Amino acid sequence: MEEVLLARIQFASTTLFHFIFVPLSIGLAFIIAVMETLYVVKKDEMYKKMSKFWGKFFLINFAVGVVTGIIQEFQFGMNWSDYSRFVGDVFGAPLAIEALLAFFMESTFIGLWIFGWERLPKKLHLASIWLVSIGTALSALWILAANSFMQNPVGYEIANGRAEMNDFLGLLTNQKLLVAYPHTIFASLCTAAFLLIGISAWNMIKKRDIEFFKKSMNISLIVGLVSTLGIAFSGHAQSQYLVEAQPMKMAAAEAIWENTTDPAPWTVVAGIDTENQKNNWSVEVPYLLSYLSYGKFSGDLPGMKALQAQYEDLYGEGNYIPPVKTTFWSFRIMVASGGLMILLSLIGLILLWRKKLETSIHFLKWLLAALFLPYIANSAGWIMSEIGRQPWVVNGLMLTESGVSPSVSSGQILFSLIAFSLIYTLLAVAMVYLFIKTIKQGPHEKLKDDTTATDPFDANAGGAVKWN
Amino acid sequence: MELSELWFLLIGVLWVGFIFLEGFDFGVGMSTKFLAKNETEKRVLINTIGPHWDANEVWLLTAGGAMFAAFPHWYATLFSGYYLPFVLLLLALIARGVAFEFRGKHHAAKWKTTWDWSIFLGSLIPPFLVGVLFSGLIKGLPIDENMNMHATFFGDMVNLFTLVGGIAFVLLSYLHGLMFITMKTNGQLRARAREQALKIYWVTGAVIVLFVVLTGIFTDAYANRGAIIIPMYAVAVLLYLALYKMVKDKKEGFSFTLTGLILVLVTASFFIALFPNVMISTTDVVNNITIYEAASGAYSLKVMTIVALTMVPIVLAYTIWSYYIFRKRVSHKEHLEY
Repeated sequence: MEEVLLARIQFASTTLFHFIFVPLSIGLAFIIAVMETLYVVKKDEMYKKMSKFWGKFFLINFAVGVVTGIIQEFQFGMNWSDYSRFVGDVFGAPLAIEALLAFFMESTFIGLWIFGWERLPKKLHLASIWLVSIGTALSALWILAANSFMQNPVGYEIANGRAEMNDFLGLLTNQKLLVAYPHTIFASLCTAAFLLIGISAWNMIKKRDIEFFKKSMNISLIVGLVSTLGIAFSGHAQSQYLVEAQPMKMAAAEAIWENTTDPAPWTVVAGIDTENQKNNWSVEVPYLLSYLSYGKFSGDLPGMKALQAQYEDLYGEGNYIPPVKTTFWSFRIMVASGGLMILLSLIGLILLWRKKLETSIHFLKWLLAALFLPYIANSAGWIMSEIGRQPWVVNGLMLTESGVSPSVSSGQILFSLIAFSLIYTLLAVAMVYLFIKTIKQGPHEKLKDDTTATDPFDANAGGAVKWN
Repeated sequence: MELSELWFLLIGVLWVGFIFLEGFDFGVGMSTKFLAKNETEKRVLINTIGPHWDANEVWLLTAGGAMFAAFPHWYATLFSGYYLPFVLLLLALIARGVAFEFRGKHHAAKWKTTWDWSIFLGSLIPPFLVGVLFSGLIKGLPIDENMNMHATFFGDMVNLFTLVGGIAFVLLSYLHGLMFITMKTNGQLRARAREQALKIYWVTGAVIVLFVVLTGIFTDAYANRGAIIIPMYAVAVLLYLALYKMVKDKKEGFSFTLTGLILVLVTASFFIALFPNVMISTTDVVNNITIYEAASGAYSLKVMTIVALTMVPIVLAYTIWSYYIFRKRVSHKEHLEY
């Protein structure tokens, strides 16, 4: 059983770490594509500078996202070989298609974008970043299609002792995927927007390159507001889906032990006692849970105790209640962060458009700190989604403990866990260091610096560059 | 041909593509330690593969994904069985990938040294492990009746035969990388890459011959598929002999094609030796895992085939186009991105 625990810790840590970088890559690729489009259309050099400056963050982040993604492709087989045997027929296809459709596209065109500023015609260079953006968004679609199968298995039949695909289109129209995909894409845009908002705020506080960062702030606040609202609406759709497809996760996320009354109140916070299966105290808002679950002010929800009894009838003896506190609190952390971000981007936009943002130093400091909110919300959201699915690895089909590799020892997993954690820590430190350095450097490229982009075809620039 | 056989072929093609493409950028990565005499030269070398290394690595990811989708049992047995080598491979690829991007973004000696070592070891370890892994596959591994592999690290995974296989892949990749450098640089670097290739020519040749001989001793490859593999190896050896003249005559494009073809022949021979198995068991012949036992169902394979046949030509087209865009030699007189 030690192997299961270690394998789970490894999966959780490598995946959470990977997902620090992925949403920023998806969101930033899109925002940079928009900036470069403005450059090509308006022929305003400022937008080219913006694409290049924010592009630096994108590239640093993208590199870490790429390398931490390789583990994702391999670790199912490494740590979860029985899982891979059981679901590979269904689950493998989206992963392979992701590589073929998305990874090739983003990696080839990112190369063209980085190295092509002087070699490609403007429009082709612009097309490259759009293809990178589309590639990252496609990649999210396929990996979420795979994850959605784990949450809500569809498009398969049990044959030859395993799950076999029998409806590819069904896999792609999985209800879970249809609600999770927009939620993830909006969250990615929000992550990128708040990075730009935060860094722009810092520069506005320092009164550096005000025009440049005001323009960046304007674009990113708009993206921030639209995306956080999008997150809220798609999140609402998610919870309505959850009630139908994963009632146990819903009950755990809301700490509902007994069946609720009709209409059901929403628990804001509660003192959860998992041992005695009750809440010691709670703060409730009447009607709200019915609205969140069904979009109307009536309707009740089943509690965990009733669902447990029902699952025991269905699947045999066992504990089918996920870790309630983690599911409950991670959900609240996510929602609170999301709400805060809607508020911040709304106030920020109003202040900016009334030309008061520059002088609202206090609020700018808030915006700088808000840079971390999307990361908190993203991680909390995935923790809620994956912990709330326990004890299942594929909901209703396979238990997590049955999926682990029988031939891998706990010592081996411990070794890899420590090794990956160490290298990930180093990567994180190096990345943060580079981010801070890039922020301090600012958007103006200095000629002395040998990383500076200079046009090799510009005769005047040739002599000015020092090659050490 | 059944779809499962087609997918065995496709996965072979993906691995061959990976070895051919990433082979030279592993070689270039290794060369940064031996070929470059100063910072600018180092940067020129890295920039020759700058726009390409990431896409080249996707061949490996796609091969892994395709194995998962088309042969879940192969994927499960191989990746869990070779646990430690895959951990090492991942660590190497992680360090190497970020190094390209991070190295040039800060100018402190310690920073550069760290990423220089990442690039060197990250380019040396993967071809070695891939060589060890494939030689192990054709030699056979202890697979039990539940398709699980219980292999010892020293002995089953790392032994005389697989060590020679690993070293052969490292040397061939290095040679392939040197040939790439002669095509993509100018002046001193170009000349030095050529000299270096001639210097390691005979050692590499000896290792290849040793590997060909040991294959006869440690595996059933010649006994089972000798009719195909022996001519392939004969061609590979002939190509290797021709390589000497090509390098001497400074025929750079031809030299690069030759090292590439040799890598292709050797990698392809592994898949031919395996067929119709995907894993050969040393414990009992009945524990061999065949293509048909490992494969996904007919529906899944059909879907995958349609997707692959649509996508692969498109991917190949823009990959070739991107090499065409960056066809010029890299020079320190121009702006170096990395």
